[in-house]
Amino acid sequence: MKILVCISHVPDTTSKINFTDSNSKFDTNGVQFVINPNDEFGLTRAMWLKEKQGASVTVVNVGGPETEPTLRKALAIGADDAIRVNTAALDSFTVAKQLANVVKTGGYDLIIAGRESIDYNGGMVPGMIAGLTEANFVNNCIGLEIEGTTAKATREIDGGKETVSTTLPLVIGGQKGLVEESDLRIPNMRGIMMARKKPLTVAEPIDATAQTNSVTFEKPAPKGAVTLVAPDNLDELVNLLHNEAKVI
Amino acid sequence: MSVLVYTESDQGVFKKAAFEVASYAKAIATDLGTTVTAIAINANNTAALGTYGVDKVLQVNNDTLKTFNANAYAQVIKQAAEKENATVIVVSSSADSKYLAPLLSVGLNAGYASNVIAKPESTSPFKVKRTAFTNKAFEITEITSDVKIVGVSNNSFGLVETSSSASTEEFSPSIPDLKITVESVDKASDKVSIADAEIVVSGGRGLKGPENWGMVEDLAEVLGAATACSKPVSDLGWRPHSEHVGQTGKPVASNLYIAIGISGAIQHLAGINASKVKVVINTDPEAPFFKAADYGVVGDAFEVVPALIEKLKAFKAQQ
Repeated sequence: MKILVCISHVPDTTSKINFTDSNSKFDTNGVQFVINPNDEFGLTRAMWLKEKQGASVTVVNVGGPETEPTLRKALAIGADDAIRVNTAALDSFTVAKQLANVVKTGGYDLIIAGRESIDYNGGMVPGMIAGLTEANFVNNCIGLEIEGTTAKATREIDGGKETVSTTLPLVIGGQKGLVEESDLRIPNMRGIMMARKKPLTVAEPIDATAQTNSVTFEKPAPKGAVTLVAPDNLDELVNLLHNEAKVI
Repeated sequence: MSVLVYTESDQGVFKKAAFEVASYAKAIATDLGTTVTAIAINANNTAALGTYGVDKVLQVNNDTLKTFNANAYAQVIKQAAEKENATVIVVSSSADSKYLAPLLSVGLNAGYASNVIAKPESTSPFKVKRTAFTNKAFEITEITSDVKIVGVSNNSFGLVETSSSASTEEFSPSIPDLKITVESVDKASDKVSIADAEIVVSGGRGLKGPENWGMVEDLAEVLGAATACSKPVSDLGWRPHSEHVGQTGKPVASNLYIAIGISGAIQHLAGINASKVKVVINTDPEAPFFKAADYGVVGDAFEVVPALIEKLKAFKAQQ
């Protein structure tokens, strides 16, 4: 089985979010980049499939050379090889188009991407890859078993979960639940050394026209101080929620 | 030209989000000087959509579509969009709508903006405001394709009633082969889901153990709220994973979020920050949640919550 794990290169959760160029670009100055958490759950699930059932695991990113350390980290975690499609990630559609091309060229059976990235939160890339490659697609996936060419997947739905069966080729929009946080692997020294020797292919992009364009960013207005209510004065809290906040 | 809105239903009954996206579609249609068509799949009482500005409902009744299938539903909406010559398609931010929208986007070659929180800033060029960086920023996105898909964040636009009426037309699109079969569904039918809830009551490690969740559920019941929990609580197995809210859990965009015994780690706050009003109850006045909250009570949850339940019961009785 050939598995492709899509890796988004995103600012760490604790990063300060600022913008430059008249608020049109994300300010990467001093920002620590990591593997998108939703992608990392999928990568770990792919490693388990490789170890238990035999599979090759390729990781892929669409972006400039600055994303290579993130791909190297995925290699240090255990992926076999990496592909970087050498073009700026303009919007979800162009990224999905580049990834769909990688999928078609490489003939992958299982494609795992995070349900969304924690930077742009688009939540579109996995579904668009599925649409563009006409593969089956399960989003918000919290459980995945593969046997031969059939798959059983559990997806989170509003208010519960549902289990579905389908066949490969399959695209997964992954999240926590595919594996747990405690299952995530921290690269060890041996993994890091090996990762340096693993192939990282730079692929040239295909033509793709963006459908959306990020114009500007703004930060939320600074929040006012919290209004404290004494624990023995809860009538006041009820009053504030009703008359001031108007939420009850 | 028209605006098409996908109005979701559950067991034949429209979800509240359906009325919210209909209201949103009406606002766009007014700006564009056109009408709103709704696509409803196996839903009853389609006339109810008229209250929220829908002019025409395309009603699909088909047993094959009884359980949700993203690809099939996307195909149905695509055919409706083509029939109506829709230039804008509005969907909600439910798990199902977020599942089908990227497939629809590819099918119609239409740009899609998700998590949109307000009416378009302009319709030519078509610019919308959405949340990004996990609620730490807003992004103004321009959709440049001819057909545009807007995913509206739940509870962001609200319900707007208008005095119009909706006509209903039977619609029989072609249905593709279902390549994904639903084996089982595990859903608590008697509870409000986090996605649909206007109020969410959430508990953290400060509650000391799963045996103490009775008061969280009681508080939720008084308020008609959904229950949720922090990551450590679900990791410890005190509550099911489906209740975990935060960056790697479910996102929350409720009108009111009440955090009990939750310190407010940055990953937790990132996931719930889209909620309009936040209340924190915690013994530790230094807990980071107090910086994110609108209202706070420094006190012991085991005393504050039962007392608050009584006050709310009295308040509800008065209403």
